[in-house]
Amino acid sequence: MSLARAYAPFRQAFMTPKGALPGLWLALIIVVAVLAPLIAPYEYDIQNLPDSFAPPSAAHWLGTDEFGRDLLTRIMYGARTSLSVSVIAIGLSVFTGMVLGAAAGYFGGRLDRVVTIIVDLTWSFPEILVALILVAIIGPGITGTMVAICVAYLAQFTRLTRAQIMSIRSETYIEAARSLGAGDGFILFRHLLPNALAPVLVAGMLATGDAIILEATLGFFGLGAQPPVPSWGAMMSSGSALLFKAPWIIIFPGLAVAITVVAINLFGDALIGALDIKTRLRTA
Amino acid sequence: MLAFLIRRILLLLPVFLAVSVVIFLILHLIPGDPVDNLLKIGSSAAKRAEIEARYGLDRPLVVQYGIWLGHLLQGDLGTSIVTRRPVAALIGQALPHSLMLGGMALLFSSLMGIVLGVVAAVKRDRWPDQAIMGGVLLGSTLPSFWLGLLLILAFSVQLGWFPVSGARGWSSLVLPVLTIGLGGTALVARVTRVAMIDAAGRDFVMLLHAKGLPPGRILLRHVLRHALIPVVTILALRIGWILGGAVTVEYVFARPGLGTTLIKALNQHDYPVVQACLLMLAIAVMLGTLLGDVLQAVMDPRVRGAMA
Repeated sequence: MSLARAYAPFRQAFMTPKGALPGLWLALIIVVAVLAPLIAPYEYDIQNLPDSFAPPSAAHWLGTDEFGRDLLTRIMYGARTSLSVSVIAIGLSVFTGMVLGAAAGYFGGRLDRVVTIIVDLTWSFPEILVALILVAIIGPGITGTMVAICVAYLAQFTRLTRAQIMSIRSETYIEAARSLGAGDGFILFRHLLPNALAPVLVAGMLATGDAIILEATLGFFGLGAQPPVPSWGAMMSSGSALLFKAPWIIIFPGLAVAITVVAINLFGDALIGALDIKTRLRTA
Repeated sequence: MLAFLIRRILLLLPVFLAVSVVIFLILHLIPGDPVDNLLKIGSSAAKRAEIEARYGLDRPLVVQYGIWLGHLLQGDLGTSIVTRRPVAALIGQALPHSLMLGGMALLFSSLMGIVLGVVAAVKRDRWPDQAIMGGVLLGSTLPSFWLGLLLILAFSVQLGWFPVSGARGWSSLVLPVLTIGLGGTALVARVTRVAMIDAAGRDFVMLLHAKGLPPGRILLRHVLRHALIPVVTILALRIGWILGGAVTVEYVFARPGLGTTLIKALNQHDYPVVQACLLMLAIAVMLGTLLGDVLQAVMDPRVRGAMA
């Protein structure tokens, strides 16, 4: 797929009334995450205790936290952690899922059975449980969170890819390619995978929203990014204790998560419309 | 029906074994050697071997797993490293709280979801439908721990209607059930709406209208009954998600359940407790899914035959 062709559905989704506003928010949050060190009003890790628990004001638009650190700054830096962890983890998950799913769907037989058994096993458990098992093994932190997210969503992408490959495998043009002497690798990479790509990538985008929540939840438990690295979830980990004193410390990072996830879902819907793959997403 | 039940329960065995292997391996996969903690610095190799022999760490992994599983089946879950109490007692205290919360949340989301789904389907494409579906999107995408915190802020801190945390009395259940239930409600409402719209378009419904039955009766007696089949299917598949939601929400409301125990143990590296909690949660998910499948088979005879 050339770059221009990959770009077209995004532009189309962006042009729909439903996709415009979410698309704009996502673009904004990505720009903020990338440029955080340049545009953030304060340093994210400098404590300023006299200023702690300050409510939103002209100097601190979103207030300050228990150490007097500017919340807006920390949310900007938090976007870096939360977005990059989720996107990288889901990217790995999509890649691994496509490899496993394509191999299982194309070659079938014993390989297919083994992959299916493993995938069904994780599929039957909620993501948070799978994630907690992995965090227990790897230990708290960003690496643990990434592996946890990657494995928790692996089943979904493997199943989807496998179903796609199996439905295209028996098409006439694949048989034609094979009669012309095409090998397994050529058929897989040239014909099957490009055709299976769109639904899996959209599912990956939608899962990124769930991954942001999962990352925030682990961070909230104190099992994600460790202080002083800001992530949206870790910012809220002081939890209900601060709710009485300074509710803005909880409200704003959560709002960032919520708006971003809703935006991802709405933009994903618009993208599904633009790519015309609604029925194909349901087959898995 | 009995044959179906037995087959379905036998299917759980390999899943249980696989999950127990993974959970058993946690202790062996974590970085660091537990024996190092028990040895004084400068101890001889003989002392090390003695300790390894005492805890059975010198045996092959498979044998260790067998011993662990044997203890487990006898209800011996080991001893907590932090509190030095038997893990089984800790779990025994926590489990009722979690089951209560999970059960209530399940009930709430099923009833609420079906009612909202029916309303949305009847008022299709008009404002009640759009309002419900908008709420559903929000309910299924908001992080549940954040929703819980907002509810605490609104109803406990500002209005003072419910206690902030703990598990004393019924009033402390309201906010946690609401928090978990909203996500589940969203799911059930969405499926109910689609299933109702689908069932209402079938031929037999047109026949009922032609016979002159009152529309309300057709809706509740005939259309809803058909629509409930996919709803029960999705509930059966997603029961685990509702129970999983309990982990997060318990922690937010500081309820003394499995989830809170698990998160605390994870932060304290209390691995026997972590293993036991994860195992209990996994079993709960498996039993929940089993319950859903059985319910489905009771409702729809076709499922009993199809399930081989």
